[in-house]
Amino acid sequence: MPTLTFLTAFLFGVLVATAVAITRIRALYVAAMLAALFSLVLASLFVLLDAPDVAFTEAAVGAGVSTVLFLSVLALTRSREAVTPRRKRWPATLAVLLAGGTLLFASQDLPPFGASDTPVQRHPVTGTYLVESTREIDIPNAVTAVLASYRGYDTLGELVVIFTAGVAVLLLLTRLPDPATPPGHPAGPPRGGVVLADYRVLRVVSKLLLPPILLFACYVLFHGEYGPGGGFQAGVILAAGVVLFGLVFGLDRARQVLPRPALLVLIAAGVLLYTGVGLAGLLLGGAFLDYDPLRPGGPPAGQHLGILLVETGVGITVAAVMTAVFFGFAGRGVSR
Amino acid sequence: MVSAGVVLDLVSAGLLVAGGLFAVSGGLGLLRLPDFYTRVHAVGLTDSAGAGLILLGLLLQAPDWATAVRLVLILLFLLLTGPTATQALAQAARRDGVKIWLDGEPER
Repeated sequence: MPTLTFLTAFLFGVLVATAVAITRIRALYVAAMLAALFSLVLASLFVLLDAPDVAFTEAAVGAGVSTVLFLSVLALTRSREAVTPRRKRWPATLAVLLAGGTLLFASQDLPPFGASDTPVQRHPVTGTYLVESTREIDIPNAVTAVLASYRGYDTLGELVVIFTAGVAVLLLLTRLPDPATPPGHPAGPPRGGVVLADYRVLRVVSKLLLPPILLFACYVLFHGEYGPGGGFQAGVILAAGVVLFGLVFGLDRARQVLPRPALLVLIAAGVLLYTGVGLAGLLLGGAFLDYDPLRPGGPPAGQHLGILLVETGVGITVAAVMTAVFFGFAGRGVSR
Repeated sequence: MVSAGVVLDLVSAGLLVAGGLFAVSGGLGLLRLPDFYTRVHAVGLTDSAGAGLILLGLLLQAPDWATAVRLVLILLFLLLTGPTATQALAQAARRDGVKIWLDGEPER
């Protein structure tokens, strides 16, 4: 236990140091890499706290895809932070101190770490999730049982949030084709992005790595009921594979694999699949997002089918949104 | 007569310590070496030798096949990505026109 405490304290120290460094550094490329480090350390902390599902998401989203998104945004803007004059810093400092002080004050009300009499431990629903779920849903990963079945509404809400965010980003980033230039012949200098494919080692290794990455995404999706993982993580890993392909072989080739109309359809298809499963339960005589009536032969069978379909929906939308956002940012950079 | 378990523990401990030493020396090199290429070389050492030896050491401690297979997969992944990243970094720097440090020049 002392080793674990020491490790946790050390990682928290690294976390704080990274956060301070991010605020101090003006070179934004460096700040983006430090943000990736922050996410990685945070993911390690989640692992130490026995929360592998959250750690998985944090590592995939924070250290993986969002770093690429940061970098492709930085390619569009200046990469150095402008210096704020000293007298203009006071309001921000005040806001930060107030918010931090409030959080610190509120944290006094938190129960001690690992206490056995917290509301989380004593609430009757904890027993339902951890004990009853083995009978009602019968999958080993209780996190997936809670996420996809018991709290299916919440997850649907999360998915709609991602959907909305994706649509909003696409609306902001997409420029309608200029009527002056004929379609198929984009104006401007030849595309950037292609340069990376000239790095032979990088090209060969990415080609070697892409199939395992995509396979791993499927594994994470379909294995989410048994181990850490699920639709969100799988979607992000899938998108990371596409992003890697786009980075190394150029956006044009990536767009040939996943053309824009297909992406737009996929973004909606995931949410529609999720809601469709809910409606199917409704039509078959159950409640919305009740998976039991989906398949005859006892509750667990229907639950398994429902959870799998719902997770697939989550994965499709997440992957499509991430890919579309990356294409949106990177595409602006090369066709400028 | 020493039991196999003790030998296994000793070998794995040796591998872990060696990996840790490589990792530390990589970090030290990152701080102390004079130019970009030598620093990249130091980091590459951490990636492949450091992490590789640590993974080998952990492999000897693996409780079952499932864990061992996962460790081997991670090892293969690292052996592919680490040198690739190092090579890509160095090549990008060369294309960007970063000069190689020669003996006697000031650090940069």
